[in-house]
Amino acid sequence: MPRDAERIEAIIGKAMIATVLVAGFIVACGGIAYLIHHGTAAVHYGVFKGEPTDLRTLRGVLSDVLDASGRGIIQLGLVVLVAAQVMRVVLTMWLFAVEKDRAFVGVSALVLIVLLFSLLSGG
Amino acid sequence: MKGRVALGNRVHILEFSLLLFAVSYAAGLVGALTGLGGGVVLVPALVLLFGVDIHYAMGASLISVIATSSGAAAAFVREGFTNLRIAMFLEMAAVVGAVAGALLATHLNASVIAVIFGGVLAFSSYFSLRRREGAEAHPASHPWALRLGLEGSYHSATGPRHYSVQHVPAGAALMGLAGALSGLLGIGAGAVKVLAMDQAMRLPYKVSTATSNFVIGITAAASAGVYFTRGYVDPGLTMPVMLGVLLGALSGARIMVGAKSRRLRLVFSIVILVLAAEMIYQGLTGGR
Repeated sequence: MPRDAERIEAIIGKAMIATVLVAGFIVACGGIAYLIHHGTAAVHYGVFKGEPTDLRTLRGVLSDVLDASGRGIIQLGLVVLVAAQVMRVVLTMWLFAVEKDRAFVGVSALVLIVLLFSLLSGG
Repeated sequence: MKGRVALGNRVHILEFSLLLFAVSYAAGLVGALTGLGGGVVLVPALVLLFGVDIHYAMGASLISVIATSSGAAAAFVREGFTNLRIAMFLEMAAVVGAVAGALLATHLNASVIAVIFGGVLAFSSYFSLRRREGAEAHPASHPWALRLGLEGSYHSATGPRHYSVQHVPAGAALMGLAGALSGLLGIGAGAVKVLAMDQAMRLPYKVSTATSNFVIGITAAASAGVYFTRGYVDPGLTMPVMLGVLLGALSGARIMVGAKSRRLRLVFSIVILVLAAEMIYQGLTGGR
């Protein structure tokens, strides 16, 4: 395997662990804020009602974060985690491009399109 | 639930979160040690033990699957076991399956999902016992594998080992199914992915484990769009679950170095089988 490819594989691995740590840190910070404000409230997960609209969209989550809402900050961490998967596909596509493997750049591009379609349209 | 008071009805959010964290840590730890992943016991634990609605449980589990896959990626990619060509090729089938599965989940009610979940659990339990370690020498690769350059090699104690790749179309079809189950149930569907890579494509154990881990995170992310917009992902519930599973999986990966885990896998399989029966029972009786 060419040196470049090995270097990029190492970058993919490091990038994944870095983003999961960042996401975990954001979730933990939001979690502390959430527990401080709502720790003594009753639990309400027995019946499915679905999340309020602001926690379902990126724009809503960001506006909740600006309001320093614990739930909003946690949700932001989860969005970072999901976005890291898009990054993983892009980095792998880059690796194939460096190896001049056109077929697999195409394969990665197809995966990326389905992933982005799903994330941006929400099905 | 009659005859059984779900934990969630008796405690405050703080206690609930701490308990969830502990259970999720255990699930992540055992999931990593047995190679089955934590999601497979997480959803039943949340539903049966904590009285959480299955949709919320699936949302929290799906996110944890992504976290575990990302956390383990560094180690796997560094050791050179991940075959990125096989991963991306199979990912094409898996992401399409994942989106379809997630959309299907929005049309099914909780009891139907619980019954399907129980079936997949029973299959995982059976299958985890059958999985064999140690790769044998194999004949020539499937023509598609040669055409696409899917063959690879990895570093072993005795130097680099080359491996061939069998039955590519069957592997891709099974990965599509694994993706659909992942989206439908909010799990990694590791057992089906292992079926695709170990049994159909005949990849060496370590290569299929690492490659499957790589595929799982991206597949789950493809379902996450649907889960977020349908309101399955509750931050308060997901926070302790995601952190617990992630830390459990990271500790598990550390312990695992060199350890064989046949007995642990047997015990875990029995636990999964019991959970499978419970999920099916609850699905059929509507939990009443």
